[in-house]
Amino acid sequence: MPKVKIPRKSTSVDMTAMCDVAFLLLTFFILATKQKPPEVLAVKTPTSVSSKVAPDKAILITLTKEGKVFLMLGDDTKKNAIIDDFNTTRNLQLTPAELKKLKNTEFIGLPVNKLKSALNATTEISPTLMDGIPTDSLNNELAFWMRSVSNAYKGEDQRTLQDMILVKGDGEALYPIFKGIKSALKANEIFKFRIVTEGEAVPMGSELYKTAIIEKK
Amino acid sequence: MDTSSGGGHKKGPGVKKGKKLSTRVDLTPMVDLGFLLLTFFVFTTTMSQSTAMNMNEPKDDPNQQMKVKNSGAMTILLGKGNQVYYYYGQLMPETISQDFKSTNFAGIRALILEKKKSTPIDDLMYIIKSDEKSTFKNAIDILDEMTISAVPPGHYAEVDMVDVEKMLISETEKANGIQ
Repeated sequence: MPKVKIPRKSTSVDMTAMCDVAFLLLTFFILATKQKPPEVLAVKTPTSVSSKVAPDKAILITLTKEGKVFLMLGDDTKKNAIIDDFNTTRNLQLTPAELKKLKNTEFIGLPVNKLKSALNATTEISPTLMDGIPTDSLNNELAFWMRSVSNAYKGEDQRTLQDMILVKGDGEALYPIFKGIKSALKANEIFKFRIVTEGEAVPMGSELYKTAIIEKK
Repeated sequence: MDTSSGGGHKKGPGVKKGKKLSTRVDLTPMVDLGFLLLTFFVFTTTMSQSTAMNMNEPKDDPNQQMKVKNSGAMTILLGKGNQVYYYYGQLMPETISQDFKSTNFAGIRALILEKKKSTPIDDLMYIIKSDEKSTFKNAIDILDEMTISAVPPGHYAEVDMVDVEKMLISETEKANGIQ
């Protein structure tokens, strides 16, 4: 029997290349995807089967668990025009400095009577301490804010406005406040708006599922 | 791969200079760490996309009261504690205790579908009424159920609750224990 010596080669693999690839991919993902800053107002939205993506920049009405309503005017919206209009129509008599400060705030969450004093305060009031914009039927201030919004967008295609209005509510917020938000929008002839939800898979076997399958075919 | 061993050479006994230790580092744990971090970032950034659900509110025109056929109507009431109550058509005082039924979100889907299948589309109307103690999630979930069961818009509407219904709900809640 001839003795065939099988040359023994080392089986250990040099991991350097693998490591380089891993860190390259990691760097790509860190830089390419935007990290969402932690939300100042923690809201856990309910789920829905809708598959349309929520727009980034918008006029956002946030409803927290405690039932407080906050309004966030995105940068691409007519933020300055809206705030100026609100100042004149509600006769707030804000000074230019106060107006400027208001335009720079991230969100509006105070009733009108507290707004002026809060703008002059030196310390920032945290959102958890804010009262929120009133939406009850006697004093629906959100309706006045929305009036300023629709004034700013008067003469333009109303669909752009409707595409911008988003309502983001916490699942545990009670219904009457949501009703107040809806009536604020209805009072300004805004009948179509969108609700921000978490994605949910379409339940199997349901009608929507079946129509989706038919459409795919 | 032919890697030369970086192992130290064994010197003869009695030599004061110590063993030359290997300079090669095993990179396997480093690669594991890298992929772990990568997976973390992949999942926490791209996967969290909120979706938007369309809402169509009808115009509140008091002159245009919608006429709904009793045979095609199903009223769904949302109460506290994620409870769902329902009845078909109109509530008749004589049969009120049998007509007013309660279920939960798991059960309502089948009922909605059943009603949809047994009613001609022109008569079909779901009337949704929310209690003051019901949550925003309840309201969104029931609208979602309408979408899931492919109920065309215009065949469901949100309306205010009447006193009879409020009373019935509180009675049912008491009967079933406080939820």
